[in-house]
Amino acid sequence: MIEVKDLTVEMGNFSLKEISFKVNRGDFFIIMGPNGAGKTMLIESIAGLVPVKNGKVIIDGEDVTGLPPEKRNISIVYQQPYLFPHIRVIDNIRYGLNFTTTGRNDKKKLLDKYIEGLNLKHLLNRYPSTLSGGEAQRVSLARALVVNPKVLLLDEPVSSVDPRSKHSIKELLLRIKRITGVTTVMVTHDFSDALYLGNRAVIMNNGMLAQYGTIDAIFSNPATKFVADFIGAKNIFHVKFNGSKALLGEITVETGRVVPRKEGYIAIRPEDISIGLSKIETSMRNSFIGTVSYIQSSGYFFEIGVMVKRFLFKVIITRASFFNLKLKDGERVFIFFKASSINIL
Amino acid sequence: MKINQMFWIVLIFISIVLVIFITAPIAKIMVSSSPPSLIKALTDTDVVRSILLSIITSGSAALISLAVGIPFSYLLSRFNFSGKKFIESIINIPIVIPHPVIGIAILSIAGKNCWFGRFLQMLGVKIMGTVGGIVTVLTFVSIPFFINAAKEGFENVSQKLEKVSRSLGASLPYTFFHITLPLAKRSIFIGFVMSFARAISEFGAVVIVAYHPMIAPVLIYERFEAYGLEYSLPVAFWLVSISLAVFIILRILIMKSKNE
Repeated sequence: MIEVKDLTVEMGNFSLKEISFKVNRGDFFIIMGPNGAGKTMLIESIAGLVPVKNGKVIIDGEDVTGLPPEKRNISIVYQQPYLFPHIRVIDNIRYGLNFTTTGRNDKKKLLDKYIEGLNLKHLLNRYPSTLSGGEAQRVSLARALVVNPKVLLLDEPVSSVDPRSKHSIKELLLRIKRITGVTTVMVTHDFSDALYLGNRAVIMNNGMLAQYGTIDAIFSNPATKFVADFIGAKNIFHVKFNGSKALLGEITVETGRVVPRKEGYIAIRPEDISIGLSKIETSMRNSFIGTVSYIQSSGYFFEIGVMVKRFLFKVIITRASFFNLKLKDGERVFIFFKASSINIL
Repeated sequence: MKINQMFWIVLIFISIVLVIFITAPIAKIMVSSSPPSLIKALTDTDVVRSILLSIITSGSAALISLAVGIPFSYLLSRFNFSGKKFIESIINIPIVIPHPVIGIAILSIAGKNCWFGRFLQMLGVKIMGTVGGIVTVLTFVSIPFFINAAKEGFENVSQKLEKVSRSLGASLPYTFFHITLPLAKRSIFIGFVMSFARAISEFGAVVIVAYHPMIAPVLIYERFEAYGLEYSLPVAFWLVSISLAVFIILRILIMKSKNE
């Protein structure tokens, strides 16, 4: 188990401020946040690669804050594979075995396990410069795993590979997790990676922890406007509350629960809003008429901007739905959403 | 189209003039001496001794630069501290000050008028008119070239590679010797060649500190002063030839390491 307690790290003008969270043994833990939030600094401080000003890092009950990185048994894989370019793939993979007390036979077994498991046999005598991005990242993972780390730290490991390799590396990470059970902490700024791979997460913003919990809880109940925005709830409105109603200008939104506050924010995910050309009988308690103000294609999906009174609602629909509806700019449409899809912030 | 062609023509013309400017005097040295005078120079013990002394003292200066310059340049490349820019400027001072001034400066600190000079004398270390003095001067003038090249080499090695190595269990020294140093070796090699080149061409500072024993540039100067151009040219020919040979060999080695 990893326990990060009131961790403060200062580097130049940037600092991590009193970060605390726990990662359970065997977790696939996600650290999320926008660029510059301090995600890499946080995992590097767990690994002992940057000096900690205050606070503690405890691993399996042992305070490792004062230990150098080589004594922590924590492997790190960065966004770029950072293979040692002057040595062959096989020497890269077995580099860390020079420092373990594992017996010769066990070392060989470990090497064979990851060389076969990650399909690297045909690459062993090559130099890193001759590998593709996906191959290099697989070698980097093997190098990190062969030392049997207590914790595997992944710093956006799929960001710099092509989309096809990205998917296969994500599959591979899940497989590694299932086979080895190694506690994994992964940094990403992509919420879809988090949903696919992780079970628990922290969201960071500007060196501070914005939310901490299970991925599902964060996804369904963002705690702040920042978190809601970060996880893709594109419809965030400042409202006044009156019982279970949220008053958005002249629009009244039914939230389905009494909010004991006078004002605040509501957030609705764009994929939780339905769109139609006519008013339909539905269980959805919120239904408004508006006009299409923009249509934006993003491959398999379309984002439709619908202006209701003076408020813009963003709606995501599939390509098929878009062509069924034959939507056009300026067209009159209805939008519908459930009270339960509204997050009160 | 015409203006583009003119532009290229001007560039090529300037480049040709520049190459001629550099090669013509050297080429003239290489063709000015007759074969018998060149052979005679090679049998002249003073000439052979001065060229060997030049190579040995320059090589020693380059080796000293390598030994002390590697740790220093690594430190500069990896750590930020107040006054770093100031120290980097100080290191480059030998490049900009007139070379006789360097000789005078070294003599003034190593002479008996200074406590450090008296301390050296007490230890039996003599700078004035000795091989040690020549090596000291040559190290002083050549070390900035080594440090600048090595520092750039270390800066080009990603710190993430070092971090990965540390996280895999390697200590800081192991990481330095097995990851950082091998990856910076080309720049270190270039720095070594540059510092050797700078040292073998030095005259102004050496002539102040140690006229004797004579290194090749001092001998060339003496032959020119005493007997004229004709007698200095064969010595110059051999010094240039040996320097060129050393550079060609090192260049091949650098190219080889680059291809690896």
